[in-house]
Amino acid sequence: MTATLAPPSARPVPARKVPWGRYAGIAVVAVLLVVYPLVAKTSFLQTIGVTALTMAIASTGWNILGGYAGQISFGHAVFFGTGMYGTTLLVTGGWSPWLTMMPIALLAAVLGVLIGLPTFRLRGHYFSIATLAIGMMVMSILPNIQWLGATDGLSVPFLDEGFWNLTFSLRDKTEYYYTALGLFAVATVAAWLFLRGRIGSYLEAIRDDDVAASAVGVPVRRYKLYAVAMSAALTSIAGSFHVMFVTFVDPSSSSDLSLSTAIALIAVVGGAGSMWGPILGAWLVIALQEYTRTYLSATGRTIDLMMFGALIILVAVVDPRGLVNLVKRGYRRVRR
Amino acid sequence: MQDLLQALTNGAFLGAVFALAAVGLTLVFGVTNMLNFAHGDFIMVAMYAGFVCWSLAGIDPLIAIPIAALTLALVAVLVYAGIIRPVLGSTQLAQMVVTFGLLTFLRGAIQFAFTATPRRIEDPIVGGIRVVVGGVAVTGAQLVSAVGALVATGALAWFVYRTETGRALQAVGEDAAGASLMGINSGRMYGLTWALAGVSTGVAGALLINNFGIDPLAGATFGIMSFIAVALGGFGSVFGAALAGLLLGVVQGVVGLYLSGYTLTAALGIYLLVLVVRPQGLRGSR
Amino acid sequence: MTLLSVDGVTKRFGGLAAVSDVSFEVPEGTITGLIGPNGAGKSTLFSMIAGAQRPTAGRISFAGKDITGWQPHEAARAGVGRTFQLMRVFGSMTVLENLTTAAHLRHRTKASARAVAERVCAETNLGSYAHRPAATLTGATKKRLELARALATSPRLLLLDEVLSGLTPTETAEAISLIEQVHAQGITIVLVEHVMQVVMSLCPRLVVLDFGKLIFTGSPDDAVKDQAVLDAYLGA
Repeated sequence: MTATLAPPSARPVPARKVPWGRYAGIAVVAVLLVVYPLVAKTSFLQTIGVTALTMAIASTGWNILGGYAGQISFGHAVFFGTGMYGTTLLVTGGWSPWLTMMPIALLAAVLGVLIGLPTFRLRGHYFSIATLAIGMMVMSILPNIQWLGATDGLSVPFLDEGFWNLTFSLRDKTEYYYTALGLFAVATVAAWLFLRGRIGSYLEAIRDDDVAASAVGVPVRRYKLYAVAMSAALTSIAGSFHVMFVTFVDPSSSSDLSLSTAIALIAVVGGAGSMWGPILGAWLVIALQEYTRTYLSATGRTIDLMMFGALIILVAVVDPRGLVNLVKRGYRRVRR
Repeated sequence: MQDLLQALTNGAFLGAVFALAAVGLTLVFGVTNMLNFAHGDFIMVAMYAGFVCWSLAGIDPLIAIPIAALTLALVAVLVYAGIIRPVLGSTQLAQMVVTFGLLTFLRGAIQFAFTATPRRIEDPIVGGIRVVVGGVAVTGAQLVSAVGALVATGALAWFVYRTETGRALQAVGEDAAGASLMGINSGRMYGLTWALAGVSTGVAGALLINNFGIDPLAGATFGIMSFIAVALGGFGSVFGAALAGLLLGVVQGVVGLYLSGYTLTAALGIYLLVLVVRPQGLRGSR
Repeated sequence: MTLLSVDGVTKRFGGLAAVSDVSFEVPEGTITGLIGPNGAGKSTLFSMIAGAQRPTAGRISFAGKDITGWQPHEAARAGVGRTFQLMRVFGSMTVLENLTTAAHLRHRTKASARAVAERVCAETNLGSYAHRPAATLTGATKKRLELARALATSPRLLLLDEVLSGLTPTETAEAISLIEQVHAQGITIVLVEHVMQVVMSLCPRLVVLDFGKLIFTGSPDDAVKDQAVLDAYLGA
């Protein structure tokens, strides 16, 4: 532009306040996560921790596409399953589990793009139903595929304990926990770096109004594809880790609709479109689920599903921005 | 050839129930612009309603149809008032996940009340009937469910397209603000739509228990079939959904004959294919 | 120099022609008013220039390039900025984030996009709203944000779709002065409006549509003497 056009009345943009609250929040959560296994010594509590962190990674992936770009997928179990099956197959072939993660994540990203190419023409509900159908389609095909173990599934071969083999003692799960924590930290930083600049702005613009986004120069389809690639890759890494923890994969443990639902709704409960969402949601949902399953459920009678369902309804009705927004509102009230 | 005819018949009879379920779903979408992901689970709840009638009072599923219909209408209205109305003005995310929460809740609640053990109605009235026409056998349960579903679908379609109230529903679906200017209470119409969807799932559930097992996940298949039928038929189109439901039943019947493990895959495959070629559905205009 | 040229552009929906065989040119650095009664095809024509709709026939060129049938984001990249008649701000973002998103079109890094956004924010007098979520703004401020957001893409041509309608007299005066400032920067403007007095005073050139057809191009003084224009607005 040539001339500037500040009118006489123009007021400069006030500087944004330093977000001390956010820094404090990060510090508190980081300390809690690191200290947890030192306090939580039972196998039960450690399993909650490992599972929550795994689901938080998967949800962080979902959050990029669903929370930031606003394309709500109910088929993310496909990518989680890609991680589980892919890592199992490669580890059986003699790979180190760590080395399987990146190539399998890349495969998941490609898969995500292939799914995205036809489905991103659909908007809103239509897109969500398509992802639901694709997820169910995969689930319906898996039991018929022999080289993936059909209905019996596949077992991860027995490996010696050690970091390189991502295999640790199951009696004390502290090592699994810290490995999961490390992966979660890496995934969160990766997601943050991915979303920090132009891509993040563009994805949020697409979520808010895709027509307006294209009018300010956002190539909408292309950015949705970026989002699904990153999203699928992160979710598959969660699957890769998970299969090393449970050492077994079958169609219902890898591609179930309820897994897709959990991946999506954990982020929603915690806060869709917020970096906080997955970790807050995962701990709340997984802890609730494991406690009710273990202590409140008589044979065959489960109330964990009921509680999870009620929690989702509550979040949707009370504040669709999730738990993190409740915390933020509480914090603001306290400061005032 | 005989086998194929039999498979086609079985499929068509099942498809009639899909059609009924799909009509309820498409109605809710057409009028309130919301997808009820728990729609299939309403059918599951209706199945349990029929089961309770049978096991506690010895009421046959045929006679339980109106009871199940009323129960589900009530459930649907309560759901609407309790959790749907509060999110009508909210974000799309909230609207989408709230019924997912409902789905999860209903499955959990039913499993809590009845455990996950599959249930079955022993000796329903229609159980002994078996008609053979030209070598193709039709059971009484199939006959009743197909006829019942077609009658109920026809009644719903008649209500929506031929009555004053039905036209008001359509008006609200097309333009809620405009309809309210014409003096139509859109909130009441939304409630009515949910009640109608409840009736359709109630009837479907009661019809199904004559020949289907009952368990907390029984609604999943019917739910996804309804969704596919609605998507194929063009969202909001009653006749489209009914036709697509029938079609899906036939496809399942025929595919089941040759590739028994792939019935669901085939139905989903058709949907995804249509999605790529014609995103607006087979009959939809947009 | 001609910046935008619309050549024989037609748009049919089904059998109906919303725009038929319209041709006109917009010289660089001018303000052109695109007017006509309701349903004359103004918004459809706008959409086609901005790439939101593809013409059934005809050619649109911008800065010497044929942009017919380009995607909206390609048109934006070429230098066509627009506002929407029904405001479409990014509701969950703050005003500054809205502008930063738009500025990213020509600025890859967050810092430089942010700097542009802050400058545009101050220039358009939105400074005091900078950190407010856009969804919470009043209608008039949203319209101002729409204009600011289009400016943040550093356009050569700005398409303004009824940015003045629904404003109070004070707001209208502010908006007009803003448009004049933007024009003074050298940005070419085409605006759709049916508030006639405003268009007359603001635009030295008018393009008049009626029932999808071009019925007049020229100065406002000539327009009020033109029989076809008078008929379109007053008669029949």
